[in-house]
Amino acid sequence: MKRLMLGNEAIARGAYEAGVKVATAYPGTPSTEITEYIARYDRIYAEWSPNEKVALEVGIGSSIAGARTIVSMKHVGLNVAADPLFTVGYTGVNAGLVIVVADDPGMHSSQNEQNTRYYGQAANIPILEPSNSQEAKDYVLRGFEISEKYDTPVIIRMTTRVSHSQSTVELGEPMEQKLRAYKKDINKYVMMPAMAKVRHVVVEERMNRLAKDANMLDINKMEFADRKIGIITSGVPYLYAKDALPEASILKLGMVYPLPDDIIREFANKVDRLYVVEELEPFIEDHVKAMGIKLYRENLFSIQGELSANIIYANIMEKELKEEPAIDVPGRPPVLCPGCPHRGIYYAVKKLGLHAAGDIGCYTLGALPPLEGIDTCICMGASIGMAHGIEKALGRDDSKKWIGIIGDSTFIHSGITGLIDIVYNKGMSTIAILDNSTTGMTGHQEHPATGKTLKGEPAPVLNLVELVKAIGIKNVEVVDAYDVVKIEAVLKREINRDAPSVIILTGPCALLPTEKKQPFVINQDMCTYCNSCSQIACPAISEDGKEITIDTSLCDGCGLCANICVFNAIERLSD
Amino acid sequence: METINILIAGVGGQGILLTSKIIGHLAIDLGYDVKISEVHGMAQRGGSVVTHVRFGKKVNSPLIEIGKADIIMVFEKLEALKYTHYLTDEGIMIVNDHRIDPLPVALGYSEYPDNVEGKICENCPESIIIDALKIARELGNDRVLNTVLLGVLAKQLDIERDKWLKAIEENVPPRTIDLNKNAFLMGFDK
Repeated sequence: MKRLMLGNEAIARGAYEAGVKVATAYPGTPSTEITEYIARYDRIYAEWSPNEKVALEVGIGSSIAGARTIVSMKHVGLNVAADPLFTVGYTGVNAGLVIVVADDPGMHSSQNEQNTRYYGQAANIPILEPSNSQEAKDYVLRGFEISEKYDTPVIIRMTTRVSHSQSTVELGEPMEQKLRAYKKDINKYVMMPAMAKVRHVVVEERMNRLAKDANMLDINKMEFADRKIGIITSGVPYLYAKDALPEASILKLGMVYPLPDDIIREFANKVDRLYVVEELEPFIEDHVKAMGIKLYRENLFSIQGELSANIIYANIMEKELKEEPAIDVPGRPPVLCPGCPHRGIYYAVKKLGLHAAGDIGCYTLGALPPLEGIDTCICMGASIGMAHGIEKALGRDDSKKWIGIIGDSTFIHSGITGLIDIVYNKGMSTIAILDNSTTGMTGHQEHPATGKTLKGEPAPVLNLVELVKAIGIKNVEVVDAYDVVKIEAVLKREINRDAPSVIILTGPCALLPTEKKQPFVINQDMCTYCNSCSQIACPAISEDGKEITIDTSLCDGCGLCANICVFNAIERLSD
Repeated sequence: METINILIAGVGGQGILLTSKIIGHLAIDLGYDVKISEVHGMAQRGGSVVTHVRFGKKVNSPLIEIGKADIIMVFEKLEALKYTHYLTDEGIMIVNDHRIDPLPVALGYSEYPDNVEGKICENCPESIIIDALKIARELGNDRVLNTVLLGVLAKQLDIERDKWLKAIEENVPPRTIDLNKNAFLMGFDK
């Protein structure tokens, strides 16, 4: 039976058919749906872990205990999981361990466009790259075979276009996988120097064997047509290349690390002009060149952004790329939703002239005008450590203009240790935790403080106030995220306090289902056109040079604008 | 059959993903190969959203090439101007005559261009401009503007009406099947 499936859903299906027993992840675009789809299979245990490092550690435990295991994350999540990754490369596995990592060339929803292929190379872990949903499913099954045959974790590298494209998938029957027997083996599973030295030799042998066998692997395949142009490619660029140059011969690599030298050489010998077509850095190209193979043209593509059939055609045929339309159109950047609880803090931050070390989530959008409420965004959890570093650099007095801003899910992911650092090293930073009761940006995933698991079962609720107090923060205040007057007063007090403090702003994400509240309208007789309300960047509020109005079809009824209006010109519509 | 390329654009939250899904499932039922490229995540927060839907005997890339879209359907008229270069020479542009100001426009940082309809027709003579939101409102639910537009699109393709209705039935939330079918027919018979 054939079904239309998102690449991420196909990964989940592959996990189901491969007999996976345990699946872990931390949400991150474009990988999130993988584990959401896996959670629908009753026979697979699936969890949101607090972060990717924990997710991989749970996965390693499960694999060593004998169950096929899949761990999913976005590319930057692999940085968080890098510590266990490099050493599980040494220990190898018991039952198969597949790590799905979704890269984001073009940065549709990420802070960088790092290339996971280099992780495979650095950690000595094979990497498979599917180009569509069918391959996504097939490569999961193949990944488990390779993992168990070669005693290695396997990375499946997705990209946004593979994760978020739908194409047809032939469904297969799920396999029954018995638990593999666990045998205590400290030489394999305890990586102290004496053992690790021995394992590193094993790793080298394994990778050499894999590199040799890669030449026989049927997912690395030559498709000969006209031999004037030969293209080495993988992943979704393979599909672009087929559209761009249907007559060209193609070497399609299903495994990009280690690379199959014999096939590459054979292919190169059989075509006139050889090109490598790949997104981001020239990973395959550098390898081909290091083999002493001559490319017809080198470094043909930019190291940034996505490819397309148009770009491939233009660069290989040396034609001009078709232009964008000449019409000047204003951009439509993403914005905080109407009713979003994150606006209040930014309004106060701007009004008080503060700077803020920001973090990763919907609230990063608060950096943009007119809110302009954060100064930095580096990685998950960075806001807290950075606020501390800023204080140590500037000194206590000059750092009073700085705070840290972080979301609830991000705080649990990797903000807690930063806060411990502040307390331990006598920092005095003020940290605002924006608690919207969910993981918002990635589409509402549960986390340890929401009271529910990924499978929708009730779970103990991590109490953020008690947690922060236990860390040693004595000044913790919980404030309604829409009460701008109070937010401002508390901020003013806490930034001047010679002790660290945490302000928890509570307000559930506006997209979570709640009772619909009546919208607000502006009483034009009372409005003085001071423009305060339009400075909160609410999509429901617009001004046309004559008056400011609220679109009642968009208004969420949160009342933040009414709280800001000192002329009492904003009123809730009566029922 | 030659591959049919449909590009659908609009603003996050307008029901674009569901529309693409219905077309995709219909094409599968008809035995075609299908590829759909979607946008998830950050861009969905009120930003521009575009999906590419391709079906035919064999489809490679999930993305439509510039100059190869047979139909472009936009849920917000400004978005039409961003994609005119994707249309084939004979391509059809279906435009929902609805304006949603991007935030920079709402805040007065930039201006919504004048005469968007005129500019669309200048670039794409084969344009169908329709106020789908008005029709959806008459049906009592703004949100079915996507199925109204789907009806307009269906009229342009050589696929039986009942097959479309079946695809709608199988893909919209069960409570909204009749509403969506009505919305589709309003667009189809327009």
